[in-house]
Amino acid sequence: MSILVNRSTRVLTQGMTGATGLFHTKGALEYGTHMVGGVTPGKGGTEIEVTLDNGTGVRLPIFDTVVEAKRATGATASVIYVPPAYAADSIMEAIDAELELVICITEGIPVRDMVQVKRYLEGKKTVLIGPNCPGIITPGECKIGIMPGYIHTPGHIGVISRSGTLTYEAVHQLSVRGIGQSTAVGIGGDPVKGADFIDILERFNEDPDTYAVFLIGEIGGTAEEEAARWIQAHMKKPVAAFIGGQTAPPGKRMGHAGAIISGGTGTAAEKVAALSEAGIKVSPTPSQMGETMAALLAERGILAACITAEPAGSVAAGGK
Amino acid sequence: MNIHEHQGKELLKRYGVQVPRGKAVFTVEEAVQAAEELAAPVTVVKAQIHAGGRGKAGGVKLARSIEDVRVYAEELLGKVLVTHQTGPEGREVKRLLIEEGCDIRKELYIGLVIDRVTGRVVLMGSEEGGTEIEEVAKRTPEKVVKETVDPAAGLAPFQARRLALAIGIPAALTGKAVRLLQSLYSAFTDLDCSIAEINPLVLTGDGELLALDAKLNFDDNALFRHPELQELRDPGEEDEKERRAAKLDLSYIALNGNIGCMVNGAGLAMATMDIIHYYGGEPANFLDVGGGASTEKVTEAFKLILSDDQVKGIFVNIFGGIMRCDVIANGIVSAAKEVGLDRPLVVRLEGTHVETGRRVLEQSGLPILTAVSMADGARRIVQEVEHRGGMSA
Repeated sequence: MSILVNRSTRVLTQGMTGATGLFHTKGALEYGTHMVGGVTPGKGGTEIEVTLDNGTGVRLPIFDTVVEAKRATGATASVIYVPPAYAADSIMEAIDAELELVICITEGIPVRDMVQVKRYLEGKKTVLIGPNCPGIITPGECKIGIMPGYIHTPGHIGVISRSGTLTYEAVHQLSVRGIGQSTAVGIGGDPVKGADFIDILERFNEDPDTYAVFLIGEIGGTAEEEAARWIQAHMKKPVAAFIGGQTAPPGKRMGHAGAIISGGTGTAAEKVAALSEAGIKVSPTPSQMGETMAALLAERGILAACITAEPAGSVAAGGK
Repeated sequence: MNIHEHQGKELLKRYGVQVPRGKAVFTVEEAVQAAEELAAPVTVVKAQIHAGGRGKAGGVKLARSIEDVRVYAEELLGKVLVTHQTGPEGREVKRLLIEEGCDIRKELYIGLVIDRVTGRVVLMGSEEGGTEIEEVAKRTPEKVVKETVDPAAGLAPFQARRLALAIGIPAALTGKAVRLLQSLYSAFTDLDCSIAEINPLVLTGDGELLALDAKLNFDDNALFRHPELQELRDPGEEDEKERRAAKLDLSYIALNGNIGCMVNGAGLAMATMDIIHYYGGEPANFLDVGGGASTEKVTEAFKLILSDDQVKGIFVNIFGGIMRCDVIANGIVSAAKEVGLDRPLVVRLEGTHVETGRRVLEQSGLPILTAVSMADGARRIVQEVEHRGGMSA
């Protein structure tokens, strides 16, 4: 089990004919993701041939519209690598086609466009992840996005993060300890986005194969504080966390006017306090995320059950 | 992106927001001439810098004669203003806004921002104008009134009316207030603002609503569709290195320490600063090279860090996803060869194409120290810099 994606997820790439879309479509195929086609307006009816590292050629059909692509391929999910100026339109097209899951990797989408997208999403069936995110991976089954697949290990820790590369860091620190992941979700760092911490936490809470969760937040906004309150009230599983930006100088990015609305100023100290009060174990530095998770699992007596692979001894110690 | 008050007022005026008559000037002579043209009983001389808190710092003067205007303009031009937003180094005043004074009966606050929680634009208002809204929200949160805007409908007249009445705009003026608030909302969405504030909005003796200040910030991600706004950029108000970085499409923030950082991803970049601090060092910058950067871009980013004399050592921390480690490695090597590597460099690579990346570094023949983890890298660069400091002292 896992959340959102698994072996049977059938994936489309929107913007597959661009360099980035092609590079990561190949990466997904190498990982074993069930890629079924691509969408590039104006290139419908053509095919793309991807040659994998082992020499196998994979042919994927290209369509002009998402609706058409879904009908022809039975796609259930879509990943978007469309440039920022057109990305919001691509997201709405995928929502309109009623795909179950839409993951937007694109960085730099204007906020106004995302305000429209979020409104458009209301009442629709689609779950949107991102934008400006690394994507989502269920190790060993399905990788959708730009994360390096090899650092992941199948297992029982749900990972959820606002940051891309910091997610890799956390996953890496877990994997070298032999602690595998059920699913890792990067929800993205933009102020206006699709799924938030709580949407994903709810799913991890219900997933029998997820035994514990690692949450990675950062300064700005109040999503971590809300997640902390939700965890305290509803979460049945242990949660550890890290907050990035603890030493970021205040006032460099305006930020506060946006935060006034929901109270608080979005500093790391406030977030760490809120998480700690909710009983969440917070990693003091970004290099102790794996260690903190392992300690919490040991405390709850589930560390052995969470070790699903051989630990990589020397690296786990964090240096020579 | 930030612009000056006088530019913000110009833009708002186009949307139908009433602003006092005025003119931006760069010299004392221009200031005097502008005041003569205004021929107002009271003239306001306002320093134009990209920071709030100018009034308290002595950057706003009331002149009752042309001679006063001259004296104040002489005093303010070239003066370094230190406000709570400029930092201790302050900001030099290079331009002034010469404006007609007005008969103020009441000072109010109006602002539009994006609320992360609802993902919508929120209109905020307060009867406590003239002070910072953050202060008002902290002291008397009940005095901050909000209306959340449905993007499909826009700011509805009833919402504008409700807010106007709640902040004490007389009922007789609600029609004017609704027009003003809707104009401000149009400007906010049309121009892709991230903040639009009028503080204070004043109620004058003759029953007008006048924007006495205007603060517009724009969403950098949307500037591609507003070439006209990019022309309003004032390079003099921006850090030179930050400006160079912006041109290269790099996210760079200058800081006060001596360890230059090059990282991919904002989250990891912040975490890298955290861990440098943890080991007792001080980062010289925040630099996110972003995803999908070319070798050229990495080279330029590296040169940017090296151009900072404050930098005594460099820590490159890359976890490649979209960013390939070989691209980073090639960029580092080509920059180091081009400008010469005269300071210790610690590189930590992990992720996509990591083996190729490490090989590029090893085969470069450059004195690059490689780290096996983030903690290892941070610890080593802090040690290297301390060691160097000890040697030269």
